[in-house]
Amino acid sequence: MTPTPTLLTRRRALAAGFAALVPAALRAQGPQDTDGVARLPRPDAAGQPRDRVTDYENDPFIVGVEGKLRCTCGCNLSVYTCRTTDFTCATSPAMHQQVIALVEEGKTAQEILDAFVAQHGETVLMAPIKEGFNIAAYVVPGIAIAAAGSVMSWILVRRMRRSAAESATLDDAGAEDPDLAAEDRVLLEAELERLER
Amino acid sequence: MTILGNLALWMALLLAGWGAAIGFLGGRSRRPELIRSATRATYALCGILIVAGVALLTALLRHDFNVQYVWAYTSRELPTVYTIAALYGGQAGSLLFWALVLSVFAALAQWVTPRRYSHLLPYVAAVTSVVTLFFVAVTLFAANPFERLAFTPTDGRGLNPQLQNPGMVIHPPMLYLGYISITIPFAFAVAALFSRRLDTGWLHAIRKWTLVSWIFLSIGITLGMWWAYVELGWGGYWAWDPVENASFLPWLTMTAFLHSVMIQEKRGMLKKWNIILVAASFLLSIFGTFITRSGIISSVHSFTQSSVGYYFAGFLVLIIVSVGWLLWTRLADLEAEAQLESMLSREASFLFNNLLFVGIAFSVLWGTLFPIISELVRGTQVTVGPPFFNQVNVPIGLLLLGLTGVGPLIAWRKASPGNLRRQFAVPVAAGLATGAILAALRFGDFYAGVAIVLGAFVVGTVTQEFVRGVGARHRLHRENYALAFARLVGRNRRRYGGYIVHLGIVTYFVAFAGMAFKTEMEASLRPGESTTLRSPFGYTYSFTHLGVSQYDELNRSVSAATVAVDREGERVGIIKSEKRQHFTCAARVSPCPPALQRASFEPSTEAGIESLLREDIYVVYAGSVAGTEEAVYRFTLNPLVWWVWFGGVVLVAGGIVTMWPGGGPTRASLRRTQAGYAASLTGRPADRETEVAGQA
Repeated sequence: MTPTPTLLTRRRALAAGFAALVPAALRAQGPQDTDGVARLPRPDAAGQPRDRVTDYENDPFIVGVEGKLRCTCGCNLSVYTCRTTDFTCATSPAMHQQVIALVEEGKTAQEILDAFVAQHGETVLMAPIKEGFNIAAYVVPGIAIAAAGSVMSWILVRRMRRSAAESATLDDAGAEDPDLAAEDRVLLEAELERLER
Repeated sequence: MTILGNLALWMALLLAGWGAAIGFLGGRSRRPELIRSATRATYALCGILIVAGVALLTALLRHDFNVQYVWAYTSRELPTVYTIAALYGGQAGSLLFWALVLSVFAALAQWVTPRRYSHLLPYVAAVTSVVTLFFVAVTLFAANPFERLAFTPTDGRGLNPQLQNPGMVIHPPMLYLGYISITIPFAFAVAALFSRRLDTGWLHAIRKWTLVSWIFLSIGITLGMWWAYVELGWGGYWAWDPVENASFLPWLTMTAFLHSVMIQEKRGMLKKWNIILVAASFLLSIFGTFITRSGIISSVHSFTQSSVGYYFAGFLVLIIVSVGWLLWTRLADLEAEAQLESMLSREASFLFNNLLFVGIAFSVLWGTLFPIISELVRGTQVTVGPPFFNQVNVPIGLLLLGLTGVGPLIAWRKASPGNLRRQFAVPVAAGLATGAILAALRFGDFYAGVAIVLGAFVVGTVTQEFVRGVGARHRLHRENYALAFARLVGRNRRRYGGYIVHLGIVTYFVAFAGMAFKTEMEASLRPGESTTLRSPFGYTYSFTHLGVSQYDELNRSVSAATVAVDREGERVGIIKSEKRQHFTCAARVSPCPPALQRASFEPSTEAGIESLLREDIYVVYAGSVAGTEEAVYRFTLNPLVWWVWFGGVVLVAGGIVTMWPGGGPTRASLRRTQAGYAASLTGRPADRETEVAGQA
């Protein structure tokens, strides 16, 4: 079936022109309702226009995945943080849409992360993948502290033993606790003050 | 003004060079005229750099847009307070500011240091002059704030809107003061090495300076967190950004030093380690500046990449080599005067505390540099963000929190089982009871739970110390409890100030733990529409959108979205979040009519915050749907954030108590020392005794 051709009559042309002019005229008068909501006098001063929030924006799964992805605009923030903070960035909303598309395809969190790594490289993840050389990132601080602690303890114990052997014949009065508890210190100070008087 | 500024900088360069050379010569030869000349060079350097600073400030306040720096960071509509803050808001100005403040500190060090440390002062003048020389040279040759443009623009570009916040007026100077004042302890350490006077004298000379640096760094870091929280709009205060890390690193090593210095003072141990910690703190302060200025690591704070990075890298290498050589040649003079006697002692606990402080510093540095390391080793860049830092650093931080409770209570030299029982029974019970309560409440986050349990333990230790001390004074002197408390703290400021700092640290940790329960949501609301959000404390908050209004204010057009917030049906408040479009004016008229406004930056967002003791209600106006009053919001409930700022106040208050003048030996106690019934600890350095007697 072929579509019926519409005729451009003068009446229709006038009606179309009028329809186009009315909103412009209303806009020129000042803020008017749009879909029941008033327009802002200076929409450009309110930043970039935003889309309505859908369930996807608050979905914990999507929020969780986006928290592990770094926005590639150079802001150093996760996709989630960037799209909910830097409202001038066009990259994080696009990456958000990409995540939604992958979620709709039924991908798991790991599959989504893998898809982004395949596209942008490992740097798109907020933390290094725990494999290969990257494992060093996670374990070196702990190993360094443990190793330093062990070496320190070993040296200290050795020195302590040597020192103890050397002073074995000395009076062990020096081993008494020389540190005064708060209570004892105050007592001592009071005694000294009394003596002073 | 630019001629005066440039002239002052060139004179400063010459004076710094002279001060450095003559300081080392004077220190070595002990010739009084050379020593005097070094001191005067330090004062003159300070004076001439003040002239340079005033010249730049005048250019800023006069809106001399022919000066490139003035054009780049200010505009006619910029409020005066931010015009003044622009002095350190850009790279070139901040380098001049650094040199200026350092010269003031250097002059103060010469002026206020007691005469008994005069043998160190020529070297101190030399070191501070070398560091000032470096900053003046970088300012002159790589980032000169007095450079002129070929023409004079009618208006400047204005200051970045995110920097137009009261926090930014005081946060950078505080951090700068912290970074810069580390140079003075470093200078004394180098002076002690050069002069081979490595007793505890140099430690006493820098005690106040170390605390000043530490307090400024603490204030700067806390204000930085506050600024990030209120201004950046992401609803948090710490993101492990490289520049945040850079400010945290010297704070960690300085804190380690503040603990380990006690061991050297009391037992004559850790002499090499203390020198290394002071040098590391100074190096890390320069390293932080290097990270900020070089652009080698991507950061939200980074100044634009420029050649100053090379200068900083070269200076770092020079300092490392020089201090390394000095330390190596003085090893024999740095032998410990006593040995550790038991692993169950305060010395051992401070050693492990130092290990953890330095361990965290290493871990933060490692994470910050890992992207570069990865690129060098594998040729692949990786991102090291908050998930990594939290995973690696939180367990170490919790261990450190535990030691915060152990250190102050355990005995020096050797703790007996009786001492351990007497000191730890109550705090451990407090920690266990808290753990039991959390378990009964099915507390949801492991690390947050551990932080709260350890926090209870530390609060137990501190409270016990205060209660015992106050109780004893009350019984002995018949003082009321308030007076007994005041006198207890006043007469032992270092000890009890330290305890107050520990309370601040506990407050921080517990407040940080609260963020594990942060909840947030996005919503688009038409005027009159509402949405709800459940708080981790069990309340339900309702947010009703009231509308969006637009108006001009100072140098910006404001779009303000307003919500009414109710908790369980009761009004909490009206919260306003703003979008700000900053502008410059095409003509010299005030106020600027809309037709002449030229947008100077992208619109920025101002979060609306209602801070309650339990949680902060954080509202961000993301924008409007299709240019209407239908607003898109992000609502966040941040538990315990108020306590982060309170913890900062407690921490700094404790530092000030510790540093407050007086509280040392009284005339009476010194007379007692002379009379011959002073107690002395075995292994206590002899010079300390001599010094105390000398003070009498």
